[in-house]
Amino acid sequence: MSDNYTQIGKSVTRIDALEKVTGRAKYTADMKFPNMLVGKLLLSPHAHARIINIDTSEAEKLPGVKAVITHRDVPDKKYGLSPARWDENIFCIDKVRYVGDKVAAVAAIDEETVYKALKLIKVDYEVLPAVFDPFEAMKEGAPQIFDIYPGNINTEIHQHFGDVDQAFKEAYYVRTDRLDGQRTYQCPLEPHATIAYWEGSRVTVYSSIQSVHYLQYYLAQVFGLKMGDVRVVKTYIGGGFGGKMDPSGLDFASVALAKKTGRPVKMFFDREDMFYNNRGRHAQFMNFTTGVTKEGKILGVHADFVMDGGAYTGLGVASAYYAGALLTILYDFENYKFDMYRVVTNLPGCGAQRGHGQPQPRFAFESHLDNIAEHLGIDPLEMRILNARKPGTMTVQGFKVDSYGLKEAMEKARDISGWRDKKGKLPPGQGIGMGNGGFVSGAGYAIYRTDLPHSVATIKVTDDGTSAILYTGAIEIGQGSDTVLCQMAAEAMGYRYEDMKIVAGDTDLAAHDLGAYASRQTLMSGAAVKQAGEEVKKLILETAAGMMDVSAGELDCRDGIVFVKSNPQITKTFAEAARTYFVKHGQLIGRGSYRPPKLGGVHKGSAVGTSPAYSAATQVAEVEIDRETGEVQVKEAWDVHDCGFVINPALLHAQVHGAFYMGMGESIWEEVLFDQNGKLINGNLAEYRLPTALDMPPVASELVDTVDPNAPWGVKEVGEGATTPTMGCISNAIYDAIGVRVKSLPITYEKIWRALKEKK
Amino acid sequence: MLAIVDDNGVKRYLVTLNINGDSYTRVVKANTLLVNFLREELNLTGTKKGCELGDCGSCTVLMDGKPVNSCIVLVMEAEGHEITTIEGVAQNDKLDRVQESFVEHAAIQCGYCTPGMVLSAKALLTKNPHPTEHEIREAIAGNLCRCTGYVNIVKAILAAAGEQ
Repeated sequence: MSDNYTQIGKSVTRIDALEKVTGRAKYTADMKFPNMLVGKLLLSPHAHARIINIDTSEAEKLPGVKAVITHRDVPDKKYGLSPARWDENIFCIDKVRYVGDKVAAVAAIDEETVYKALKLIKVDYEVLPAVFDPFEAMKEGAPQIFDIYPGNINTEIHQHFGDVDQAFKEAYYVRTDRLDGQRTYQCPLEPHATIAYWEGSRVTVYSSIQSVHYLQYYLAQVFGLKMGDVRVVKTYIGGGFGGKMDPSGLDFASVALAKKTGRPVKMFFDREDMFYNNRGRHAQFMNFTTGVTKEGKILGVHADFVMDGGAYTGLGVASAYYAGALLTILYDFENYKFDMYRVVTNLPGCGAQRGHGQPQPRFAFESHLDNIAEHLGIDPLEMRILNARKPGTMTVQGFKVDSYGLKEAMEKARDISGWRDKKGKLPPGQGIGMGNGGFVSGAGYAIYRTDLPHSVATIKVTDDGTSAILYTGAIEIGQGSDTVLCQMAAEAMGYRYEDMKIVAGDTDLAAHDLGAYASRQTLMSGAAVKQAGEEVKKLILETAAGMMDVSAGELDCRDGIVFVKSNPQITKTFAEAARTYFVKHGQLIGRGSYRPPKLGGVHKGSAVGTSPAYSAATQVAEVEIDRETGEVQVKEAWDVHDCGFVINPALLHAQVHGAFYMGMGESIWEEVLFDQNGKLINGNLAEYRLPTALDMPPVASELVDTVDPNAPWGVKEVGEGATTPTMGCISNAIYDAIGVRVKSLPITYEKIWRALKEKK
Repeated sequence: MLAIVDDNGVKRYLVTLNINGDSYTRVVKANTLLVNFLREELNLTGTKKGCELGDCGSCTVLMDGKPVNSCIVLVMEAEGHEITTIEGVAQNDKLDRVQESFVEHAAIQCGYCTPGMVLSAKALLTKNPHPTEHEIREAIAGNLCRCTGYVNIVKAILAAAGEQ
């Protein structure tokens, strides 16, 4: 397949590799501007308290302090990522709602002065009763965190497709399992930083952000500025995983401090701030009831969930809908009921982490399916093959799924992992398990209601044609989007990747794009880039036709060479044609624009889960358990992915490695803990246990071939989908090893040890 | 060590540090951290801050060839030692073999852990030119990476070792 192409389907070197490996790549916190101040937020020490008074006078008197601001100094307009629930202010006005809530900010000449000044701000609080558990928060008489969310219910979803009760009546076996997830954090290694400065009425904001567009939009909304007066720029970004999607308190505070002082202000989070302020993964509490035939065919499913939203909404409404929306993509069944309560508590707000609302429900459902298969006495992998969605079908909620290779992925994973020789046959203490997953390749709708295109792209060929620059708002956060988009541009132009440059993530200099979330950029930004490249190619061929005295239709261009199709010996270079075009007409520019077609059903919340194309993945893992200590070792893992046509195989497999790694961490070790007052217990990278190189097993990453008709060159996503099967896969492997189901994440050594003890 | 005291009674010291083969003389407080000195005083921002607690390894530099977390090393302790930062690894724009191998093996994603990883790998290979895979994993166990699952990083270091 890739033989037809010269630039895509190839593992070219990352466009940013040299800058990164030499340490020259500048991340936001690495940048300095003349006369720049340093700023920091004052965070609430209480989980729930009324603000009686804030006295900043002592802090203001400290030499070197240039500004101290509170809610009195900034607009009181509320914001949030999801416009359905704008419930957050730049600084708290009447109440703080979690330990870490934003109360004030300081700008001073250096970091030391900033910390001293923060200690001098006097805030009188009236401490209120707090609630940290969503089930407690829903009870009558629980502390009310927001007036606008009676009973602390932030989002309530009740969807019913087909007739689940009837399906359960007809089923041979109906089973309910309750499984619980935990609160985890993205933990990108780069802590969030922002630099803001004003030039007249215009503000420039450098931010570690996954979408320059949304940040520009929200800054303009909250400060009452024209979009054109807000420039958002990202430099290199040290990982995001969803944690840099929501606008952070730094973004707003730095803009306000820069305005007040008339100087550039750099603000940053330390690692503990990251746990308080990044919007981590919601803990979900999941009841699944499923009815199946004797053969294991699923007849109906009821998903009944509660999720701990923490103090604010952010992107959480979408998280709640995602939790239930994508279940039906993987398995084909006609009757589905989804109930969800997203509840606010006095803990930090939650949002999107790799896979968004879906990984924990995947853990729960994949564990649940294995329980069902065991009861029926059938192989859990074969039972899933029986239920796997076929390509060219529609889910009960109205999601259209064109290419879909889940069945093939399972078959391949079964074969390369030696599943049939291992499942149920490994020695005591060893186990093998599998799980399925997948994701949207971009959301069908933007986060706020808009008729803007989702991605546009511009390609400018330099005057002499020896290089070309791609301008895109797509955001490189490490996943490799700058590289694959340049490969796509070069392929569409008939040009060479090596001669491509990129300007990305700058609302002034680059082109509009919604950014890096929902695994959208390869498909959506790629579609705009392809169109822009094709326009360049058309102009090149027309110009070359004039130079070569043939018609444009007789020519093609590949790898920087224009040639006559019937006689490829007759050529001109791309550069010669481009230069001629420039002399005659001025700058050679191609433009592209992409908006998904209208997708989805008509029910409430039907937008969430729509996508032009869906990926699918199967993972198999083998584990070994120390039966004395409960210690788990993941020994080996296999991932087979249907991600459509692959632009850069090396980058793709690297995504799979990282996705499995993150899922493995969440399966066994990662969980953020709070004390009885809502203070972080393990807000650091020693006690919040990210796996190290010693914990990581060999991972085989393989593909099944599909080409999606709704995507440029048939591409689909990989980055998020590959993390969604892992927790179920490891849960099932541990069950296979010990014969007891640990029903909550993370499946720690202690839980395994206790489970083994209870079994005895 | 020459010390000066300002009007508020705060003592500062005149230090000379050897960094990447060059001498830098500056005045610092006793509690100035090496990472902040490198980044703020010398603008050597290739040394990253990820946790400031010695947990993540993003700020790894070499002190007399040994990897240390520069966020928990005082400038005062670094005086008299040879410090190598990521900026000192490539020579005259020629990448070190470890760096080349990271590029070739797609061992870089967001790039934030990369400088520290390269330095830990370099320290290992200098001491132990033919490490086993397990020895490589042990050598980088103090460098967290959130993107790669370490798969290609280990491959890159193994490959660089094979050719040394």
